[in-house]
Amino acid sequence: MTTDGTAILELDRVSKRFGGLQAVNNLSFTMKPGEILGLIGPNGAGKSTLFNLINGVFAPNTGKIVFNGIDITGERPFVVARHGLARTHQIVQPLTNMTVLENCTVGACFGRENLPLYRARDIAREAVQLTGLDDRSDTLALHLTIAGKKRLELARSLAAQPKLLLLDEVLAGLNPTEVEHMIGVIRKIRDSGVTILIIEHLMQAIMSLSDRIVVLNYGQKLAEGLPAEVARDAAVIEAYLGDPKLAAELEGQA
Amino acid sequence: MAETVLEIDALEAGYGEVQVLWGLSLKARRGELTAIVGANGAGKTTTLRAIAGTIAPWRGRVRFENEDVTHLPTHLKAERGFALVPEGRQLFSSMSVAENLELGAFTRRAAKSYTERLERIFALFPRLKERQRQLAGTLSGGEQQMVAIARGLMSDPDILIIDELSLGLAPVVVYQLLATLKQLKEQGLTILLVEQNVHLALALSDYAYVVAEGKIFTEGLPKELAAKPEIRKAYLGL
Repeated sequence: MTTDGTAILELDRVSKRFGGLQAVNNLSFTMKPGEILGLIGPNGAGKSTLFNLINGVFAPNTGKIVFNGIDITGERPFVVARHGLARTHQIVQPLTNMTVLENCTVGACFGRENLPLYRARDIAREAVQLTGLDDRSDTLALHLTIAGKKRLELARSLAAQPKLLLLDEVLAGLNPTEVEHMIGVIRKIRDSGVTILIIEHLMQAIMSLSDRIVVLNYGQKLAEGLPAEVARDAAVIEAYLGDPKLAAELEGQA
Repeated sequence: MAETVLEIDALEAGYGEVQVLWGLSLKARRGELTAIVGANGAGKTTTLRAIAGTIAPWRGRVRFENEDVTHLPTHLKAERGFALVPEGRQLFSSMSVAENLELGAFTRRAAKSYTERLERIFALFPRLKERQRQLAGTLSGGEQQMVAIARGLMSDPDILIIDELSLGLAPVVVYQLLATLKQLKEQGLTILLVEQNVHLALALSDYAYVVAEGKIFTEGLPKELAAKPEIRKAYLGL
C-alpha cells in the first residue's frame, strides 16, 4: 500500500482470527481527514471486530494500523484514545448512576487530552449541547430513553475531542424523527473537523451520510467506492440479496 | 384471489427500549406461500415473533381467521392453528427425532389425530421415519430443518410460519424442502416464510413483501417485484 502521508487512518493487510473463525481477513483501506466513511456488510461480516481492532480492544494477528502517522497496532484502548480516537458502542454503555454531564466529563478527562475537571466540564458541556441533550444535562443516565442514551453515547465520545470518531450503529432503534436529528448531529460533528468511520444498518441513512463506502463480507473487503457505485456493484448486490443460481436452477427443474 | 387468513395491521414491536417494527402491515392468503424478505436487522424475525406471540406486540393488530389474536398467549395461538419454525431450528437436540415430533403435537388440537398425522409426516419426510430413534442433535443441518418443519406440522397448523428456510443448507436439501412445502400448499396449508435469499423467495412465493427499517418497503407479485429496482433500494439504500 502506498502512503502519501495525507491519510488519517491506514489499515494495511489487517487480519484477526478467533479460533477457527477468520473475522477480519487481510483488510486494507485508508481514510482521508474530514471524510465520512461508511462501513457496511451483512451480519457477521466483521464490522464490529474491525472497530475493536482499530481502537485496541483486540490486537490484530497480522497487519498494521496507522493513525495520524502513528503506528497504533496492538496499542491498548486508553493509549489509542489519547492519540485522538474515540468510539461509540452498538449496545450503549452509559455510566448509569452518573448524570449526562458527568458521563461526558469522564469522556473529556480520559480523551485526547488529560484535562483537569473544570476544563473537562466545559468540553463536556459543549458535547452535551451539540448532541441536543442540554435540557437533560443533570439527568441520571439510567433515566434517559433509548434515544437519549444513544445521544449520550455519542456525546461522551465527542467529549474526548477525537480527530477520528468510530460510530457503531448510533441510529439503531431510533424513530424516524430521532434518526433525522442524529444525522444532523453527525453532519455537524464532521463539519467541525472530525473524521468519521460509521457502521450502520439503516441503509438509506448511511448511503446519504457517507462520502465513501467500504463493503465487508466474511471479513474481507468486497467493494469500495462512492455510495452510488457500491449500490450497483454486482458482488455487493449478491452478498445482500443472495446467490441467484439456486433460484435459477429451481426454475429450471420446475 | 384466495381469502385472507392472517392480517397484520400497523404492528409495532421491539426488545427492551429498542423499537424494531414501526407500523408493519401484511396479509397471508389461504393456500398461498407469502414471503418476507429484507436485509439483516430489517425486522423479519421480529415480525414472525410478534405474530406467533413469542414477543408481545407494542401496538397494532394481528387478526387470524377474522379473530383478533394480538394478545392471545402463544399456546392458545398454537391451539388456533399457528406453528412457528424458528430460525436455527431450535430442536431438542438431546431428544430423539420421534420425541421432537411428539412435542410438536402437545396441543389438544394436535393430540386428537396424532398417530395418523405422524404417518402422514413420515410419508412427507421418509428420511425422518428412518431416523426416528436418532438424537436430533446428531442429524445433518438439512435433516434438522426437516425435523423443525415436521415438528411444526405435528401441531396440525392452518398456518406454518418459517423463519429462514435455506440458511446454511445445501441446494439439494433446499430443493427437497421446497418440493415438500409445495405439496403442503396444495393441500391447503397457508405458509408465511422469511427467506434470506431474495431470488429463492421470489421464485417460490405467491406474494412477497420487502421489509426495510421495520416497515414494508414494497410488496407485490414476485414477477413484478423482481423487475423493479425497489428491492435493491430496500437492501442498499440506493
